[in-house]
Amino acid sequence: MKPHVIALSIIGAIVLTGAIIGIYSGFRRQMNLEQWAVGGRGFGLILIWLLMAGEVYTTFAFLGASGWAYSRGGPTLYIVAYLTLCYAVSFFILPKIWEVGREHGLHTQSDFFLQCYGNKYLAGLVAILGVLFIIPYLQLQLTGLGIIVQVASFDGISRAAAILIAFAVVAGFVLSSGIRAVAWVSVLKDSLMLIAAFSIGIGVPYHYFGGIRPMFQALTQTHLQHLTMPGSTATMGHSWFISTVLLTSLGFYMWPHAFGSVFSAKSGDTLRRNAVIMPLYTITLPLLFFVGFAAILVAPGLKNGDMALLTVVRSTFPPWFLGLVGGAGALTAMVPAAILILSAGTLFAKNFVRLLFLPTMSDDAVARLAKIMVVVVTALAMYFAIYSSSTLVGLLLFGYAGVTQFFPGVLFGLFWKRVTTVGVFAGLLVGVGLGMWLFFTKHDPYYGWNPGFVALCLNTAVTAIVSLATSAKQNTVGEVMAAAAD
Amino acid sequence: MNAKRLLSLILTAVPFVAICFSVPLWDRVYPLVFGLPFNLFWLVAWIPLTSLCMWGVYRVGSWKDAGSSGKESAR
Repeated sequence: MKPHVIALSIIGAIVLTGAIIGIYSGFRRQMNLEQWAVGGRGFGLILIWLLMAGEVYTTFAFLGASGWAYSRGGPTLYIVAYLTLCYAVSFFILPKIWEVGREHGLHTQSDFFLQCYGNKYLAGLVAILGVLFIIPYLQLQLTGLGIIVQVASFDGISRAAAILIAFAVVAGFVLSSGIRAVAWVSVLKDSLMLIAAFSIGIGVPYHYFGGIRPMFQALTQTHLQHLTMPGSTATMGHSWFISTVLLTSLGFYMWPHAFGSVFSAKSGDTLRRNAVIMPLYTITLPLLFFVGFAAILVAPGLKNGDMALLTVVRSTFPPWFLGLVGGAGALTAMVPAAILILSAGTLFAKNFVRLLFLPTMSDDAVARLAKIMVVVVTALAMYFAIYSSSTLVGLLLFGYAGVTQFFPGVLFGLFWKRVTTVGVFAGLLVGVGLGMWLFFTKHDPYYGWNPGFVALCLNTAVTAIVSLATSAKQNTVGEVMAAAAD
Repeated sequence: MNAKRLLSLILTAVPFVAICFSVPLWDRVYPLVFGLPFNLFWLVAWIPLTSLCMWGVYRVGSWKDAGSSGKESAR
């Protein structure tokens, strides 16, 4: 058999197994909106850990982190720092969000803003911005899937065709199952991902250098600068690191899908215990860095750093193993993509269209519109995936510059009684506006700082100042705080 | 602010100082530790240490009485 047939068949078998698990666990329960979107609010510690691990370890970690280790070097370390610190932030915020959610029967991030500020235009704005910033994150997953198909086919399938296949697989997967299905497919995905990360993270340095220490010793001879900040970039130094780590660790749970997953937890205490153990999952990340670093010497001169991991696997291991790694990688793209699309669909239908334009829509109609949006959102992300040349990590950082702008509204809503709707509105618009302007005018970094972080600072200041200058009569923030304190 | 809250806050601040704000102090290649460049080793070491700090915050359990006292002051 030809190597690409072996590799692609194994990837196909793994994807199919994932899809069958998803469809099977979806069929066993009757799916209403509550089940489809938040899994009936009954997830225990293990299932919630799997669900969250499933969201964290995406193509971003698998191909993106190794890709940046290859192309950027030192600045990539921000990923380990933020994926550790974000859980410390979550310890204090998530249980309170969960309490408010239980008290008022909330499903989404936009519901939370509606409950806090009692203003449907603010809630609608949060919903539509959430959907917009999910698109680059989804684009990242599709691009990753496309790279997997392209490399596993030994470049027999073109990039665009590979992304088209990725689109079909992801949309089909989501439409046939809901969030509970996704949690169970995560079990398969996480096991395969761990096997793949350990065997290539340790196997590749041993195969080429005889160990991890000799590999880094070889790198210090030829690429010493690459290993510290700013690495192989001109501008990503220490101020970039600090501002990026702060932006991303504060913004981690501001992603609409991550925020929504909080409501799936059984109790606030589940979320606290989860915050204590989650950082440990980050320990696998440096293994992926090793592959990226090894690729510098093993496969120099790649135009696209995101292809480094799979290129090295392809030239080191037999085709069946490339298939296994590709299959694990495909699931790490599909599972998070499914969660992203589910959140975007629900947000758009329930919190944008029904809330602002069609208040009489039934739950069934909302669910139908959400499913139509699955196709629309995925198609948009596919379009950008085909035409964009951004790195996987770059796409996620762009998304963070957007979603972290929700942070002041959430934080003040939970902890500051004096915050006003007008203040949050103003801060959010200024934050998103400045963040996007800096990105699109290529001010990344802005005087050595992460542009999203600069926007977040201005956002926080505007929210606070405008809040103090306006009256807080219409807010329901006080009630929300009482609920959160219970 | 009571003692429990202060302790929780300090325990949370420790990992932020260690792996975010102090980056100029540990961002270097040498000495290699367990074969890793020093900056990578430092961050990896702080993964379990951060978990430990947050376990400490969990054991302190400041939110348990913060709930009741917070409600009283709101009235």
